[in-house]
Amino acid sequence: MLGLEDLSREEILAVLDTAESFAEVSRRDRKKVPALLGRIVFNLFFENSTRTRTSFSLAAKRLSADVQDFSASVSSISKGETFIDTAKNIEAMGCDVMVVRHPTPGAPHLLSQHVSSSIINAGDGAHEHPTQGLLDLMTIRQAKGKIEGLTVALLGDISHSRVARSNIWGLLKLGAKVILCGPPTLVPRSMERLGCEVAYRLEDVLPRCDVINVLRIQFERQQGGLFPSVGEYSQFYMMTQDRVRLAKPDLLILAPGPINRGVELTPEVADGKHSAILDQVTNGLAVRMAVLYLLSGKMDARPAGE
Amino acid sequence: MPTIQITGGRIIDPSQDIDQIGDVWISGGRIVPSDGGHDHADVVVDARGKIVCPGLIDVHVHLREPGQEEDETIATGAAAALAGGVTSVACMPNTLPPIDTQAAAEFVVLQGRRAKQANVFPVGCVSKGRKGEELAGLGQLVAGGAVAFTDDGAPVSNAGLMRRALEYSKMFDLVIMQHCQVMELTVGGVMNEGFESMRLGLGGMPAAAEDIMVARDIRLAEITGGRLHIQHISTARAVELVREGKRRGIRVTAEACPHHFTLTDEKLRSFDSNFKMNPPLRTADDVAAVIEGLKDGTIEILCTDHAPHAREKKMRELDQAPFGIVGLETLLPMTVTYLIEPGHLTWSEAIRKLTINAANLINLKNKGSLRPGADADVTVIDPSTTWTIQANQFRSKSWNTPYDGWEVRGRAHTVIVHGEVRHTLGGIVQESAASA
Repeated sequence: MLGLEDLSREEILAVLDTAESFAEVSRRDRKKVPALLGRIVFNLFFENSTRTRTSFSLAAKRLSADVQDFSASVSSISKGETFIDTAKNIEAMGCDVMVVRHPTPGAPHLLSQHVSSSIINAGDGAHEHPTQGLLDLMTIRQAKGKIEGLTVALLGDISHSRVARSNIWGLLKLGAKVILCGPPTLVPRSMERLGCEVAYRLEDVLPRCDVINVLRIQFERQQGGLFPSVGEYSQFYMMTQDRVRLAKPDLLILAPGPINRGVELTPEVADGKHSAILDQVTNGLAVRMAVLYLLSGKMDARPAGE
Repeated sequence: MPTIQITGGRIIDPSQDIDQIGDVWISGGRIVPSDGGHDHADVVVDARGKIVCPGLIDVHVHLREPGQEEDETIATGAAAALAGGVTSVACMPNTLPPIDTQAAAEFVVLQGRRAKQANVFPVGCVSKGRKGEELAGLGQLVAGGAVAFTDDGAPVSNAGLMRRALEYSKMFDLVIMQHCQVMELTVGGVMNEGFESMRLGLGGMPAAAEDIMVARDIRLAEITGGRLHIQHISTARAVELVREGKRRGIRVTAEACPHHFTLTDEKLRSFDSNFKMNPPLRTADDVAAVIEGLKDGTIEILCTDHAPHAREKKMRELDQAPFGIVGLETLLPMTVTYLIEPGHLTWSEAIRKLTINAANLINLKNKGSLRPGADADVTVIDPSTTWTIQANQFRSKSWNTPYDGWEVRGRAHTVIVHGEVRHTLGGIVQESAASA
């Protein structure tokens, strides 16, 4: 599971449908099923994360897998061991699934050439974050009943956002119109070649939107100087109540988090009636259970001895 | 030194506009006239069905010694050159320490002689310590054997320093080789900037970063009258700038590497670090422009930018893996398969870019030619053999190639340096009955 670019429309829908059925598990008294009993899931995180790591851990535990966390900062990576050797060692301990987050695009792809465990990309640099893309799709489908025909705007730092790329592939495959909006230094014109519209004035975009996904400024992944100041960015691109009023009355607002209140959106908008931010978190758990479950099916399908 | 007769081959020597079947004779480490009354050869090389040409010269290789011998040494790099049909290499000075003194240049020359493989010529630094601040001792480097100057691995960013280098080097009539890259435009870049880098979320290096430096340096060459050589040209606009500079009579030359006429940035979709090089793989339009530049003579030299890196370094994540690929053992087949066979260049045109043009660039007066009296460096090429590139068979210490597993045509069959057969695929060299 390396990215949504690699998945077909049918595969994406299959994950979403499976996730819907797992959402029910989370509403039970006993929030656990034995689907991955005896399996070992490793969270290999080479970059900080709260939400995604916790979500994957919980998802694996609800499927009865054994879960082990790994942090690069307290590992042999800090002694000079390579990323691949670290993963090979973990595999030698009997790992079935590696959930990999890494600051370098393609790092999970590199790993997939050196280990035989199932690999789930939990975010590789600015490339993809497929489970985030899937949970966004699930949240939109729940709220709107469909994805095909909707106009979805991705707002902000598109250039450095893995969430944007996974959203773009997923939304386009499921038939949505995608508008990318932000300052030209963060929204390259070449993105039109993916089949998206590129726009720089939020006020022009908002009236057409059914959904707006407010992305975080990726300060850690950019070289700086891409916009004059946070204050100026907020002046042009922060989602405020005034801007919400420019949109359709049933506008759905998503934000992958962590959200910067007062930068990308005001507290009123973040907590307002249009916001589905906490639904996204809930759906994230269901999506990750679905992905782990579906990959576990593939594990069972592996020939003996592989 | 043995007397060698290379017999029955198709002799292609662009320095003399020769393309004919015949014999080449070697004696005393020199080419001697084929009608010079020889009746005895110690060694006979049967070159029927083969091409006999001056030994290939690669003006752009990295041999990593001193300092990074885990990647390559002068001996292993020079052996890789021979295996690829290359009889002379000019090695870049970005070693540890860099080649910025006479003693450092002499060390390279000495190690090259000790290795006794391909000829090794040092290129000296433009600036002290390759820091881009003060001119290195260019005259002392020449005394140590340097054949050109460059800070390659990095550009000479300071325009004032570049101007002085172009001016000062005129007293030796040596060329300043420039790695053209405006560093401020490529911060964080690992590949060409464009649709593919955006799609993959990888930091980009815009073509303009090369174009702007090429434009600046051509102008500096114009006002100084110095000799400027554009290394590893990769963009359509840079090719156009060189073409325009030549048209205006400016002393500018350019080289291209096989990866820039065979591969595009789409290859990075694999996230394989063997496609990570600097300048990066560009777009199909750029590849077409490089080929056009080779065809019309704008780019007069083919070379490799042979950049060996030990496996453990290239196995890292893409942004941590170093730039560069090895090339010495794939230069010839890539040229045959992707320039000659499709009809972009004739054999004579390609060999010209690999021999006499390269020799002229670095002032090698007795190389790059089969005229009598020239150094007896000869490459015999089997033009029709089809073979599969296997990186684990390389003589280079490093295997970082994007061409592993590629099926290609053309291969060096026998390589003679300084009048000695130093490499052969076997079978065509025989001691003559007279000497046996």
